[in-house]
Amino acid sequence: MPKQTLPQVPIKKGEPAYKLWIFEPGWKGELPLILNPRQLAEQKRPALLPGHRLCAGCAAPIIVKLASFAFRGPTIVVNATGCLEVATTIFPYTSWAVPWIHNAFENAASTGSGVEAAIKALKKTGRLPYDHVDVVIFGGDGGTFDIGFQALSGAAERGHDFLYILYDNEAYMNTGIQRSGGTPPFAWTTTSPVGKVIPGKQQAKKPIADIMVAHRIPYVATATPAHWLDLMKKVRKGIEVDGPAFIHALSPCDRGWRHGTELAIEIARRAVDTCYFPLWEWTPETGYMLTDRSLAIARNPSLKQPIEKFVEVQGRFKHLLKPENRELLKKFQEYVDMVWEDLLKRAVNTPK
Amino acid sequence: MTEAVKTPKIPPEKQILMTVNGDEAVAYAAKQSLVDVVAAYPITPQTIIVEKFSEFVADGEVHTEFVPVESEHSAMSACVGAAAAGARAFTATAANGLALMWEILYIAASLRLPIVLAVANRALSAPINIHNDHSDAYGMRDSGWVQIFVENVQEAYDTTIQAFKIAEDERVLLPVAVNLDGFFLSHTLENIRMLPDEEVHKFLGGYRKTYPKVKVDYFDEEVPLILNPARPLSFGPLDLYDYYFEHKMHQIEAMKRVPEVVREVNEKWYELTGRKYGDGVLVPYGVEDADVVVTVLGSTGGTVRHIVKKLRSRGYKVGTIRIRLFRPFPHKELAEMLKGVKVVGVMDRGISFGSYGPSFLDINTALYDLKERPLLVNYVYGLGGRDAPPEMIEKMFMELLEIAKTGEVKERLKFLGVRE
Repeated sequence: MPKQTLPQVPIKKGEPAYKLWIFEPGWKGELPLILNPRQLAEQKRPALLPGHRLCAGCAAPIIVKLASFAFRGPTIVVNATGCLEVATTIFPYTSWAVPWIHNAFENAASTGSGVEAAIKALKKTGRLPYDHVDVVIFGGDGGTFDIGFQALSGAAERGHDFLYILYDNEAYMNTGIQRSGGTPPFAWTTTSPVGKVIPGKQQAKKPIADIMVAHRIPYVATATPAHWLDLMKKVRKGIEVDGPAFIHALSPCDRGWRHGTELAIEIARRAVDTCYFPLWEWTPETGYMLTDRSLAIARNPSLKQPIEKFVEVQGRFKHLLKPENRELLKKFQEYVDMVWEDLLKRAVNTPK
Repeated sequence: MTEAVKTPKIPPEKQILMTVNGDEAVAYAAKQSLVDVVAAYPITPQTIIVEKFSEFVADGEVHTEFVPVESEHSAMSACVGAAAAGARAFTATAANGLALMWEILYIAASLRLPIVLAVANRALSAPINIHNDHSDAYGMRDSGWVQIFVENVQEAYDTTIQAFKIAEDERVLLPVAVNLDGFFLSHTLENIRMLPDEEVHKFLGGYRKTYPKVKVDYFDEEVPLILNPARPLSFGPLDLYDYYFEHKMHQIEAMKRVPEVVREVNEKWYELTGRKYGDGVLVPYGVEDADVVVTVLGSTGGTVRHIVKKLRSRGYKVGTIRIRLFRPFPHKELAEMLKGVKVVGVMDRGISFGSYGPSFLDINTALYDLKERPLLVNYVYGLGGRDAPPEMIEKMFMELLEIAKTGEVKERLKFLGVRE
């Protein structure tokens, strides 16, 4: 095997092996140093390196890369079992340029708690060669909405200083598209098939970000890879706060959502444009704040697109476009409107 | 069994005499062992360990980060995270809590993390029962953990400190479970001798220092397997048929090296404190000339030895071996000791349903290679905390002596102290 080196990685004692963040140290302002995505891609190297085995068109690595651009320094990444974990670290290879640990499916948050506790103990006894080491956890929707929820809730309650980023592809994609608590109503999955009697999933999507708000942790936000600047700013804010932070990022999955490999970003954009997945952030001090495109829609409701725009490009919803299912589509629109209106009521920056 | 030494480095009068129960003894030992992270969840009969340790934290007596997790599954998960980040991690549990940890027990061992776990052994549900048996420890038998069973409170204290030394030994780097019988030890007060803090620090060499070393293509030298931003490594990757087996072989090899380390640590402890437990692996008594030997784990060892003494004073050739190190199991050593014995009674405080007691299965395996094999009887006793009184054990010995005479085992699997 030829000897490999990590390109452009300055490895000195006591220095992190990667330097990739685009915000200045102690960043407080609104904008990052680089505003142009092309420039960003050319000049900075993310924590997740090329060569991983995630599907073509998957949004998860885009979310991870964007998030890693917003890291503020030495960072340890914890990963729940899922697509991201299995496809980025097939032994003896790894795509991660940061220290990375995968423990199991349901315990990413508790593993992160342990890492954070260890950092504190090492620091207390003068054994940590850094001022701080951040802990960022990535989990999918299964590992967050469902099996990992207890660990996440417990870790949030205990107040560990970590950022948990949920990349939500709205089903158990790693095992082959089974429904999860994050699957939207009427969506086809292999365990909520569109049958002669039951047209896809019959239950609502668990409002996971609102549930995290209910934990009264210092920072909660939603994000998509399409709104990349918004995502990076939120990641940085989540890292900067002292205590647990949670970001719910929508992650289109071409295999599971049944769309073309070139559409991930477009669909994420439409999810926001139709108000299916509004962008907001929440802190105990400010309450709900709409951000980016969702704020624009709140200011100018004519920008809001009908849910068909989101549905029409995805095979998992194709039954909703059949004439006999017009009623279901209407119900889906009502569901989306209800969630959106509810958010408008709560958001403090909704134009009155 | 404690043997006196003439001149331990710390003479008994310089050791601290304390009256504590088994749980408190473990908590004090963990405190003195400079543990960085304790992540634990309350469960009877382990709870006192966590309570006591919380007091140390609240009083600022330790630097430890105490993580009061929301489940045992998370307790072991947090320990995995902490140990991977380079910390010395400790937790404690029992029965159902240990069962909930099960998934992560395997991960802790496979990632070669030297976590120490105190198990206040308790019967598994259902029906729910808070009292002692070894079904919980037997349940984690194949998880890749080193398992040590202690006989009394003093040994619980000594072994907890030793466990860190064994786990972090570079030849081992595996997690270690210290098993103390629930209530019989966890809640029973004994006078024990503890070392001064600094002596324990010295014995362990201060904070944790050892990590598995790995050779990675993109670093010039071998690097410690630890979550270090200066040397980014991936812990717990997907490992398929092309490498998984080799990684399991590493674990198998590490397990093989455990008994010699346990013996060394036992000997070092003896020089320091004047206390040792057999050779650290097996604790025999009266075995040399015995016709009948009974093997046992945990606190019942004391009762059995008491009966052995009594019967030997009456001229019976009986002996006992307390198995201190249950995983890895000392097959060879045990076979060597049992050579020439006529009948071996194997006491198990737990059973593999549809089979025998787990230690019986191992002893059976151990004796297979002997040219003249002793007769074997498995006694399952004390499930759910059912007492094992001396009379019952004496009766068992008399039965075994009868078998030695007749050479005939009528029933291989017997149950002691259970209503018909």
